[in-house]
Amino acid sequence: MFLTNPKARTTYDVIVVGSGAGGGMAAYQLAVAGLKVLVLEAGRHYDPVLETPMFSLPKDAPLRGGGTREKPFGFYDATVDGGWEVPGEPYTTAPGSEFRWWRARMLGGRTNHWGRISLRMGPYDFKPKTRDGLGADWPIRYEDLAPYYDKTEMLVGIYGENNGLENTPDSSAGVLLPPPAARPAELLTKKACDPLGIPVIPAHRAVLSIRQDATTLPRRLHPDNALARRVLAESMRSRQACFWATECGRGCSIKANFQSTTVLLPPALATGNCDIVPDAMVREVTLDKSGRATGVSYIDKRTRSDRHASARVVVLAASACETARILLNSKSALFPAGLANESGLVGKYLMDTVGAGISGQIPALENLPPYHYDGAGGIHRYMPWWLYQEQLAGKLGFARGYHVEFGGGKGMPGPGIFGGLEGYTQGAYGKRFKEAARRYYGSFVFFDGRGEMIPNEDCYCELDPEQVDQWGIPVLRFHWKWSDHETKQAAHMVKTFAGIIEAMGGKPVGTVQTDGARAIARGGQIIHEVGTCRMGTEAKSSVLNEWCQSWEVKNLFVTDGAPFVSNADKNPTLSILALAWRTCDRLVEELKRGNL
Amino acid sequence: MTGGDPGSPDGGIERREALKAMGAALTSLPILDGLQAPGPVAQGTPMTSQTQGVKGGPRGGQWDPDLLHPRKDWPRKLSANELATLGALCDTIIPADAKSPSASAVGVPAWINEYVSAPYDGQQRDLVRVRGGLAWLNLESMKRFGKAFRATSSGERTKICDDICYLPNATPEFQAAARFFDLIRDLSAVGFYTTREGMQDLGYIGNVAMPKFPEVSPEIRAKLGL
Repeated sequence: MFLTNPKARTTYDVIVVGSGAGGGMAAYQLAVAGLKVLVLEAGRHYDPVLETPMFSLPKDAPLRGGGTREKPFGFYDATVDGGWEVPGEPYTTAPGSEFRWWRARMLGGRTNHWGRISLRMGPYDFKPKTRDGLGADWPIRYEDLAPYYDKTEMLVGIYGENNGLENTPDSSAGVLLPPPAARPAELLTKKACDPLGIPVIPAHRAVLSIRQDATTLPRRLHPDNALARRVLAESMRSRQACFWATECGRGCSIKANFQSTTVLLPPALATGNCDIVPDAMVREVTLDKSGRATGVSYIDKRTRSDRHASARVVVLAASACETARILLNSKSALFPAGLANESGLVGKYLMDTVGAGISGQIPALENLPPYHYDGAGGIHRYMPWWLYQEQLAGKLGFARGYHVEFGGGKGMPGPGIFGGLEGYTQGAYGKRFKEAARRYYGSFVFFDGRGEMIPNEDCYCELDPEQVDQWGIPVLRFHWKWSDHETKQAAHMVKTFAGIIEAMGGKPVGTVQTDGARAIARGGQIIHEVGTCRMGTEAKSSVLNEWCQSWEVKNLFVTDGAPFVSNADKNPTLSILALAWRTCDRLVEELKRGNL
Repeated sequence: MTGGDPGSPDGGIERREALKAMGAALTSLPILDGLQAPGPVAQGTPMTSQTQGVKGGPRGGQWDPDLLHPRKDWPRKLSANELATLGALCDTIIPADAKSPSASAVGVPAWINEYVSAPYDGQQRDLVRVRGGLAWLNLESMKRFGKAFRATSSGERTKICDDICYLPNATPEFQAAARFFDLIRDLSAVGFYTTREGMQDLGYIGNVAMPKFPEVSPEIRAKLGL
């Protein structure tokens, strides 16, 4: 765990701020390209191989592993020093706005605990305005990112299947790993959905269902780069296949799922070209007199002292909101409104994913004999959006689609198990309660819609003029308002799910909230914030160009979710990774050409 | 059970096999300790700070606890008398039967004590409800049968519990007690079914490593009409 002989440099080619999906990918791509890279991470050093509570049981955890303010997703969730709050680093919301901001303060950021759902954006998703007149188009097409989707999927390892469905792109041959078998509730749901015309297909998740081919893949991914092939092959050989137990949200000590800390940072370090400094909270990007970025100033959290790091290029990958915060806080005579903000759009068009869900009790699932449920530690099947044509024809009353994450069954008993059994049993206790527990165990299913939000003027973050965090950095203030497109979509979700539950012969749990404005999750709650530094084709209407490069500061790039122009219903991490790879290819070319 | 013993203290043989399989992955990341770079503030800091390295691992406290060695050592608040009454109630809710032991046999009262003693707002509200409910239970038992709840027969316990076991049917004077009863039923279920014995009772067979995730069995397919 100690670095005994660091090759600490006084200057670097590139500083990468953040070590999650976008930062980890940047660190890897730039280091294998031979650049000297410094990664600054605001959280502590974290190593999933040594720290993950793989088989730990709820009974051994405080509160049986249940969520608390400090561990909101449960005791064993991987998140360190974070959740909906980070101690000493608050944020505020404007009057009338509700927004929640999930952060982690650890190496690898939120890649350590995420759901690993890895869906490609499709051709429609890059040109939404062209298609329905709303929001804005990306400056790139699906075809521009498709090769990077293929490469990213091969690099990190994604299970799934090509189903040839509308706007749900197939991967190239030999890219995807085989999907795991369906669980009983997933099969029963498919049976109910087939007649409803709702497709139920293998989920795409960043989990190794089999080991990666460490001989072939490095050659395919890096045909002209011997260093990259060597470190990647070594990294792939250190990863085990999933052993079909334990939740992915805890992290994975056998490296079977994707975390930046197990998949991207180890090979980046193995090049010898990359250094990582944890506990480094970046305050601002520093500039020379001509307006070029010279590096970043940051706070060493452990000594509470100010530091500076220099580089030829700065890459921000601190998360959409934190990246906006750094830019807005980088004020100077040259850039009085914050860096890269001549358009005034830094922090604007903040998006999250629309979320709404219900559960159901399904008599057909009662009293089934024991079966294996744990599986890949997340969903094996999902429903991609299926009403593209009806929607385009204006039949739905809202403009964009959603996919459905669903499941249920005989998972590991934990906190909350059998809460609500009072109602199902009219107050059973004694032997009757134990019999009811056996009967109902595994008979509940859940359906969660995850839908596209259209960017709007009312959703943005800005520096709060009245409050700083414990490091003296102004905190973010969030503004949030869903439009009718989102609330109607949420209403469509719950009605659809109630229909599926009914088709399965079951009943929804509790009362179904059909008012979309009440059914919809709060802003930020789905933890898919993107879009605070949108890319575009012209400087006046975007923060970044088509290469995620600042229009105004040529040696400044962004590789997290901030460049997103829209937020398709496809969970953003895979697209962040693919886009970051593409951005880094451009960055390396431009450095070679002497343009940076 | 088809997959070993997920609930034993060390997770059973499968866990040891899985740990062995992890061997190949046991490497760790070298990380620098605070960059020593020239800058307006850090200038002149001795070079030695570069070579100290940063130790990984949890730093303790509620926001960064050691997940591999959980601690739940906050002071417990329920008295021995309260725990005895609680044990009698838990065992009325989850008695021993042919398939599994009773709630108190697997430590459910101690779990509820852990829970209601925890230093969180929600739990501290539940502590009031549990203490008040236990006091009410004894008063009611004294009123009806002239003895403490834990000294009553199972028939006498049933008479009280039938009045408070289902909130929608509870008469106005039993509303508070019914809420208390439902809380204890929920907590007892969590405490009981998260133990090895409880998981075995339900037929949970996971938390074991296996080489392939199995297809749904023909028996289950038939039951589901697939």
